[in-house]
Amino acid sequence: MSRWARALLAGVALSGAGVALAQERHVGVGRAATPAEVRAWDIDVRADFKGLPAGSGSVARGRDVWDAKCASCHGTFGESNEVFTPIVGGTTQEDIKTGRVKALLNPETPRSTLMKLSRISTLWDYINRAMPWTAPKTLTTEEVYAVTAYVLNLGDLVPDELVLSDRNMAQVQQKLPNRNGMTREHGLWSVRGKPDVKNVACMKDCEQDVKITSALPEAAKDVHGNLADQTRGFGPVRGVQTAPSRVAQVNVAPRTGGEGTRALATESGCLACHGVSNKIVGPAFSDIAAKYKGQADSGQKLAGKVRNGSTGVWGQIPMPPQPQLKDDDIKTIVAWILSGSK
Amino acid sequence: MSESGRGRIVPAPTVPARSPQELQGPGRRRFLRGLAAGGAAAAVAGRAAHAAEGERAILELPEHSRTLGRPVAERGYGLPSQFEKNLQRRMSPGLTRVPASSVSFTPLQGMFGIITPSGLHFERHHQGWHDVDPANHRLMLNGLVEQARVYTMDDLMRLPSVSRIHFIECGANTGMEWRNVAVPTVQYTHGMLACSEFTGVPLSILLDDCGWDRKKGKYVLAEGADGSGLTRTIPIENALDDVLVAWGQNGEMLRPENGYPLRLVAPGLQGVSWVKWLRRIEVGDEPWDAKDEVLHYVDLMPDGLHRQYTSIQECKSVITTPSGGQQLVDKGFYNVTGVAWSGRGRVKRVDVSFDGGRNWQTARLENPVLSKALTRFNIGWSWSGAPAVLQSRAIDESGYVQPKIGQLRAVRGSRSIYHNNAIQSWKVTDSGEVSNVQVG
Repeated sequence: MSRWARALLAGVALSGAGVALAQERHVGVGRAATPAEVRAWDIDVRADFKGLPAGSGSVARGRDVWDAKCASCHGTFGESNEVFTPIVGGTTQEDIKTGRVKALLNPETPRSTLMKLSRISTLWDYINRAMPWTAPKTLTTEEVYAVTAYVLNLGDLVPDELVLSDRNMAQVQQKLPNRNGMTREHGLWSVRGKPDVKNVACMKDCEQDVKITSALPEAAKDVHGNLADQTRGFGPVRGVQTAPSRVAQVNVAPRTGGEGTRALATESGCLACHGVSNKIVGPAFSDIAAKYKGQADSGQKLAGKVRNGSTGVWGQIPMPPQPQLKDDDIKTIVAWILSGSK
Repeated sequence: MSESGRGRIVPAPTVPARSPQELQGPGRRRFLRGLAAGGAAAAVAGRAAHAAEGERAILELPEHSRTLGRPVAERGYGLPSQFEKNLQRRMSPGLTRVPASSVSFTPLQGMFGIITPSGLHFERHHQGWHDVDPANHRLMLNGLVEQARVYTMDDLMRLPSVSRIHFIECGANTGMEWRNVAVPTVQYTHGMLACSEFTGVPLSILLDDCGWDRKKGKYVLAEGADGSGLTRTIPIENALDDVLVAWGQNGEMLRPENGYPLRLVAPGLQGVSWVKWLRRIEVGDEPWDAKDEVLHYVDLMPDGLHRQYTSIQECKSVITTPSGGQQLVDKGFYNVTGVAWSGRGRVKRVDVSFDGGRNWQTARLENPVLSKALTRFNIGWSWSGAPAVLQSRAIDESGYVQPKIGQLRAVRGSRSIYHNNAIQSWKVTDSGEVSNVQVG
């Protein structure tokens, strides 16, 4: 092939590549980032310190920044559990030697940041990008080095006189108590990974003995508020009444008359299970009124059933006790039910 | 809640039929006189008469059948019915200390099908949420690329887009239940779960557009524009497979709480990888070991090691009706329903047990059955009034069978916080009350 022909072919190939690239790049969409733009946003610091800016900060300077900007949430010594979990605590000099935090073997030990931290870059990067909590990305590079140094100092990993810098980060990495505490040997990283827990799809006579091993403690039942207010008021199920109705808690205005009592009954959760003229979970109010019609002590009797709960009168499903209701409200509601819920 | 709405439960009249003599007896007259002052006598007379003939909801035409309704466009953006206020995103008291770094849970107990209404999609923010102005939002791609590039929303929305239905589940979903039962309802046990149709451009198109380094590029870093600047490493195999840079959610733009105007959609991976308010993608040759890859979203094993990068959400399912904190209205027939999903592909089968796992029956899967999406299952059950323990067990197309809590604990202990995909048990008492239990 002549030089001319080769040059021609190269030219064709080049222009061809140009066309392909243009098509690939969706002409007119997007633009090149400027170096300044990349610098402004490419702030991540990796474990091998790629991305770490040159600079330094002392433990002493870190203490000043900490007291001014960090201590209110994390505590003066990084120990606070008030706003966030503790940063320091739970590590020993022995851990610093081994690179494994022994306390992680103890099921009852709460985990502090330094008990988990395996990469010094992680701490630097996170302080730099996200702290302080209410004013993220406002610390100078020096302040980030300084605060990182101070946190390590609080954890007894580095001496008071340390000046942390991009030049000694790798040495300090070798002090981290949990630097050898991470593993990537598991099947949950790749979609083709091998599961570590196996069950089989048995269909018949699979368990010999089914025992309830855990249930919600009685004391925890109302921690999430009134569950009756958290499920739809119609359909195959109702929410269980576990606390005073949300509506009842906020509405304190006294009401009178039939409509007022109806509202009171609604807010007290009665109408979640009883219809005025139809059975839902519990009997209809009209049925209750009919059953107790003409009984002199019916009001008192019913009030007792509302207060303490009742079972067996209308079937298997019990009426749960309603200790959260006021006596006067129960009297009002019961009188309203017995007089026809009007 | 209107009384007429409740009438559907028991269609037949439940008030014992009374004779006309009874209705006109002295007791009734006295009763009517007592109410006449309130001006309700006519209405009462009507109701009482109807009680014998049938239900008021049928016999008395309601106001909405007798009056003019409200006009179009009264609400420029429609809202749920006033009767649906019980279904809300809620926090679990005591779980977190600051609401800007917290979780709200999807009310799964009231959801149908597989799509989560955008307003009920669970929230997880690491440093609060913002309503970001799309005009000033930018996406940058940099790192191991021929050319670092910047895209506006205008740019991104010109690119070839796809719409795909996928679930998103926080890695810590069901995390409170590793040791024991801790929360009462499916909202709190499983509510860090949602499924939406997402619209966006495949990340692979953007990577190609920048000329990513196919030899050296092994991972991408996704970074958010919020205060936390949340960062997660994603293997290039996922990035090229089905990861989207998305702006659409259920036919409209993303909600601010879900990352408006741009988020990463990383199908099958735990929610933290679905970076919200996405501002940057960097191509690299090593994982980054970011804060949420070293200090959080690491699973503590019994030997004291933390597993890093446990990203895949393995196959899981849960019965949503009936479920904990609910009360069955009566004995008889129920459609037992729930959702199943797998981060490794399609759900192949769901079995349901009514006796705590002794015996199982295969449930009906409703279409569509999509890869890495919620799949709705249904099975009929006639409740005799006897105590029962309900469970569901999903199997995905890889053949993986959803494990029992004891099987998970035997391998991983009970302190890993993340990736609890155990079979859920709901106990039904003879009174019809349903509660959260664990069985062994």
